[in-house]
Amino acid sequence: MFSILRAIWTVFLHLFRRKVTVLYPEEKPRIPPRWRGRIILSRDPDGGERCVACYLCAVACPVGCIALQAAEDEYGRRYPEFFRINFSRCIFCGFCEEACPTCAIQLTTDFEMSEYYRHNLVYEKEDLLISGPGKHPGYNFYKVAGLAIKGKDKGENENESPPVDVKGLLP
Amino acid sequence: MSETARYLLIVFGVLAVMMSIAAGLIWVERRLLGFWQDRYGPNRVGPFGILQPLADMIKVLTKEDWVPPFADRPVFILAPAIIVITVLLAFAVVPFAPGISVADLNVGLLYFLALSSLGVYSVALGGWASDNKYALIGALRASAQMISYEVFMGLSLMGVAMLAGSFNLREIVEAQRRLWFVAPQFLGFVVFFIAGVAETHRLPFDLPEAESELVAGFHSEYSGMKFGLFFVGEYLGITLISALIATLFFGGWLGPLLPPVVWFFIKTFFFIGLFILLRATLPRPRYDQLIRFGWKVMLPLALLNLLVTGGIILAAG
Ligand code: SF4
Ligand code: SF4
Repeated sequence: MFSILRAIWTVFLHLFRRKVTVLYPEEKPRIPPRWRGRIILSRDPDGGERCVACYLCAVACPVGCIALQAAEDEYGRRYPEFFRINFSRCIFCGFCEEACPTCAIQLTTDFEMSEYYRHNLVYEKEDLLISGPGKHPGYNFYKVAGLAIKGKDKGENENESPPVDVKGLLP
Repeated sequence: MSETARYLLIVFGVLAVMMSIAAGLIWVERRLLGFWQDRYGPNRVGPFGILQPLADMIKVLTKEDWVPPFADRPVFILAPAIIVITVLLAFAVVPFAPGISVADLNVGLLYFLALSSLGVYSVALGGWASDNKYALIGALRASAQMISYEVFMGLSLMGVAMLAGSFNLREIVEAQRRLWFVAPQFLGFVVFFIAGVAETHRLPFDLPEAESELVAGFHSEYSGMKFGLFFVGEYLGITLISALIATLFFGGWLGPLLPPVVWFFIKTFFFIGLFILLRATLPRPRYDQLIRFGWKVMLPLALLNLLVTGGIILAAG
């Protein structure tokens, strides 16, 4: 009996407590930098596209919402002809970012992606590609891995050592 | 102003005020519940969210109004109307201020008890007509709950009637000029309040609905404005019980300085707030606990109250 009355009083006192609600559109919540939000395609420090159209992200994606088509430019450098992510299917797991060897595809802190029509959630390459290097400034895949060009394979240039055989067991 | 015009004004005034209070309570309740749970509640539509009932109304009116094919159609449609009608009819005897009441009935108290008992038909028929096992269980619970609570609800009010020497609500208020009946009839007040919560099947006694066990209880199958009417009926019921508590135990319109109507509404809203506070605080008891509590605790208490009051009145001559 007494405990019931005390409970009622306690609840009444909550009227004067600070509210825990974050009034969202006016007051933005703090988003941690590793948040997995809207996906972007980043560029090299020199401004070239990072994506080499290796399809690893598309394979890693558990819901299969990434579609792309590889193409080669005149130097044999691969790039995606189109790159399409269907965000109405994406579960923002971040597997694509983990799979990407060139740090091209990255998840960002933006989550405000609501649309009135479902098909507006399909992002094309123009929508995805940004002008900067994203989370990995200064990283250029080909500066690290080398680049095979016509007549010269990787490591055959001057001052270059042959690439590591990643499938061998020897150190 | 002619008599007829005055009566019409009062009748439609009471109707309009009650309906708008019932609608406004949707907002008040959600807002207060929010505050008591450290939230804000609806605060977007209009200033402080005050237009929320309007938005809800538009939504509920434009929803698909679906009658299940297996339901007993006429009864299914009638049921939600019954609760609203009975509660609104019961408001006829409530004296809002001297001279402002729809009917100055000399059996006002009995009239109220009769109509509030009729309200249970709405729940029972609604659950029965739905032809749905959850709705039926809800209706069954409602009937059992009403039978057990109706008894001592009436008995708890007899003390008041004895003290005032009348069933007329206006005379009961007049009899409280010297002392509010809550002092000599404290037990009666507590019993009536608890019975009132059960009567309007509000939390913690909302076993006919019991969302966590019975989907939505007796109105599981209802949608659109029929569902809305059950809600309006529930909020009207809260207002009615609060108004009667204010009238019977807290001196109705009596109070210093402010005009009588204002006093009446201040008191009524205080008890409406208490109803919502109870909802925010107390968990729902088990079904058999509720019935046992009614028959084994509340009924003897009401009888005891009746006995003592009678004895004192006899002794005082
Ligand atoms: S975050 Fe997950 S679901 Fe979304 S595109 Fe990347 S791999 Fe696919
Ligand atoms: S984004 Fe990365 S993983 Fe996906 S195709 Fe381009 S380089 Fe490969």
